[in-house]
Amino acid sequence: MAQLTLDELRKKRKEAQKEIYLREGKYKSKIIVHMGTCGIAAGAREIVSAFLGEIEILPEKDVMLTTSGCAGLCSMEPMATVELLNLPSVKYGHLTPDKVRRVFKEHILGGNIVTEYAIGIGSEKGG
Amino acid sequence: MLCTGTGCVAGGAFRIKETLENEIQKQGLEKEISVIITGCNGFCGQGPLLVVQPDEIFYGFLNPEDIPFLVQEHFLKGRPVKKLMFTPPEKKEPIPLLSEIPFFKKQMLVVLRNKGIIDPEKIDDYVARDGYTALEKVLISMTPDEVIDEITRSGLRGRGGAGFPTGTKWKICRTEQKTPKYIICNCDEGDPGAYMDRSVFESDPHTVIEGMILGAYAIGVSRGYIYARTEYPLAIKRMDLAISHARDYGLLGENILGTDFSFNLEIREGSGAFVCGEETSLIHSIEGKGPEPRQRPPFPAEFGIWDCPTVINNVETWANVPVIINRGADWFSKIGTETSKGTKIFSLVGKINNTGLIEVPMGITLREVVYDIGGGIPDDKKFKAVQTGGPSGGCIPYSMIDVPIDYESLTNAGSMMGSGGMIVMDEDTCMVDVAKFFIQFTNDESCGKCTTCRDGSDALLEVLTNITNGNGKEGDLEFLEEAGNAIKDASMCGLGTTLPNPVLSTLKYFRDEYEAHIKESMCPALVCKNLIKYYILPEKCTGCRLCLKNCPPGAIKGELKHIHIIDQSKCTKCGTCLDVCPTKVSAIIKVSGKETEKITGIEEPYPVKRREKEIKK
Ligand SMILES: Cc1cc2nc3c(=O)[nH]c(=O)nc-3n(C[C@H](O)[C@H](O)[C@H](O)COP(=O)(O)O)c2cc1C
Repeated sequence: MAQLTLDELRKKRKEAQKEIYLREGKYKSKIIVHMGTCGIAAGAREIVSAFLGEIEILPEKDVMLTTSGCAGLCSMEPMATVELLNLPSVKYGHLTPDKVRRVFKEHILGGNIVTEYAIGIGSEKGG
Repeated sequence: MLCTGTGCVAGGAFRIKETLENEIQKQGLEKEISVIITGCNGFCGQGPLLVVQPDEIFYGFLNPEDIPFLVQEHFLKGRPVKKLMFTPPEKKEPIPLLSEIPFFKKQMLVVLRNKGIIDPEKIDDYVARDGYTALEKVLISMTPDEVIDEITRSGLRGRGGAGFPTGTKWKICRTEQKTPKYIICNCDEGDPGAYMDRSVFESDPHTVIEGMILGAYAIGVSRGYIYARTEYPLAIKRMDLAISHARDYGLLGENILGTDFSFNLEIREGSGAFVCGEETSLIHSIEGKGPEPRQRPPFPAEFGIWDCPTVINNVETWANVPVIINRGADWFSKIGTETSKGTKIFSLVGKINNTGLIEVPMGITLREVVYDIGGGIPDDKKFKAVQTGGPSGGCIPYSMIDVPIDYESLTNAGSMMGSGGMIVMDEDTCMVDVAKFFIQFTNDESCGKCTTCRDGSDALLEVLTNITNGNGKEGDLEFLEEAGNAIKDASMCGLGTTLPNPVLSTLKYFRDEYEAHIKESMCPALVCKNLIKYYILPEKCTGCRLCLKNCPPGAIKGELKHIHIIDQSKCTKCGTCLDVCPTKVSAIIKVSGKETEKITGIEEPYPVKRREKEIKK
């Protein structure tokens, strides 16, 4: 990749914002699995595979799966955050592959939050 | 503030807006009240909704028909309308708002602003969240001196332990004549139970890289090192990837973003000895020498790697830099207390309900951290102390739980900020045992160069071991104090000068516990094995054989439906019997000190039936 100039960096930023904010582009929902050391130790890899398994059988690949670092509440790992287009994100904790399948079916496909597993909705206060 | 997120619009938010504007006009209030439409408020379940500012009153489930009444009552007469406010459904709120959950509510994310949001392995994710905008800003519009000035005015102090003002350190190095100069990021993180720095690397490596590039620009440096312990494979992998992406983008290397500023960064792995985190020792390690500290001054800012001026800062210190440059020193210095600005990350561990990594504004009290964020102590146990500052820190007792967390207050309490480890202890923790644990650690980790640290920690450990074994004697406590203070005064590096802290602080606040061990052979928390005995209460034992079957050394005698007894000469005090005895029976107790003498057990197991007959009589 060629090195960027200041202007090119700004252009990159605009493009990257489209991806990360779900507003435009081809995705209508986004799943973030928290994969810090704590998450991985608690089984985050299994959670990723479970989500992948569900996405694979979708006819339309409009669900984005990505990973991120520790969400802070390590005692509730493995955790994942689910975002649907234009709705606040929901954090799920103590996930298992079975719970993943339910969250996928009811929340991501059906639009109904699985309240039993949800820790919280929305995002934290920034600085 | 009228929410016009998708949910509320679908629920008729724009009709609400129209009625609202009409009514406000009708009442002649348009100069005082403006209707502002906002993005999604987040509480979509209550929509359509609006928030009245500055009163912060939330109205939900609105209908256009409610509006005339609302405008008349609230805006004209100043009486908020109760029936339209949000009423939490009976206690069981199914999904709380994240920003209202105590664990999250009191936190403030500055360093960890991207945690859980971006993919740490994708540079574009960081860039999208305003990553590298601080770099753009300084390259276009700030001189190196202006950058240093901004950092100085922000009040940022080192997050690695000592809390030295970062801007001042940078300035000293910048004004040194000798070149080349270097910068280092310290990710040795040797405190037991601490993982703040690891987590920053794992969740947002670019914020550290950007901080270092900004520092390099300000100080006039073209080479930097990241020193991380080998035991952090994931953190190192992500950092390594981040560095190579930054290089690809021209954010590291020669002629950064087309300017004539150049900076290279590489990772050095250390083998994770605690003393490697000490700055002079770390520098020796980077130079390929043994990690032994040296006398300071001269400080690394004048005399660092290969005797060249070197700024060494902690991971979290570097990670604060891009935010300060972006948002300004004035913004940053509004967070925190008079002397401690910004936020601090802590790893909250031990006897606490919500274990985790938290970022809080300086000045928050220990009580808020333990009870609000941490959710209190599990199993309704009593809070006893919190240990901050790692092995160099001390224990702060319940009586001081309202101290604000800042550099000075923690030092005055006999502990220190340290790098942010926070271990919560409950009533089942023996403070002598805790002190012994930390001295054992520093004794292992002492590099051995200074006699006071090497032999002094040996001496402390020996006395503490005696006390916990029940062999404490008169004069031991005085010796611990005297030796502790001598080690503090006479050691060269921070390891030695702080290692007595866990002993001295527990002696100060929990002296009676030490005395109980020595004078009454009693461990009040029932932890020290030599001072406790396990005992089966004959009036409760049901003779189920569970403890007998599980006892590793086979120290329990008994048979089915017979009251069991523990052979004290064989018992290893592992506590298995206590764990397996069913809660509804609870026949096994732990006792210490005088209590052990009171117990005169039965000699041989006898049938439970016989006991029942005796009770009837
Ligand atoms: C025994 C010992 C261990 C230390 N370990 C660390 C460490 O793991 N991480 C760290 O950042 N600083 C550690 N320090 C502090 C460093 O010497 C140094 O003060 C710090 O890295 C400076 O960065 P700051 O100004 O950003 O805090 C340690 C100090 C001592 C005495």
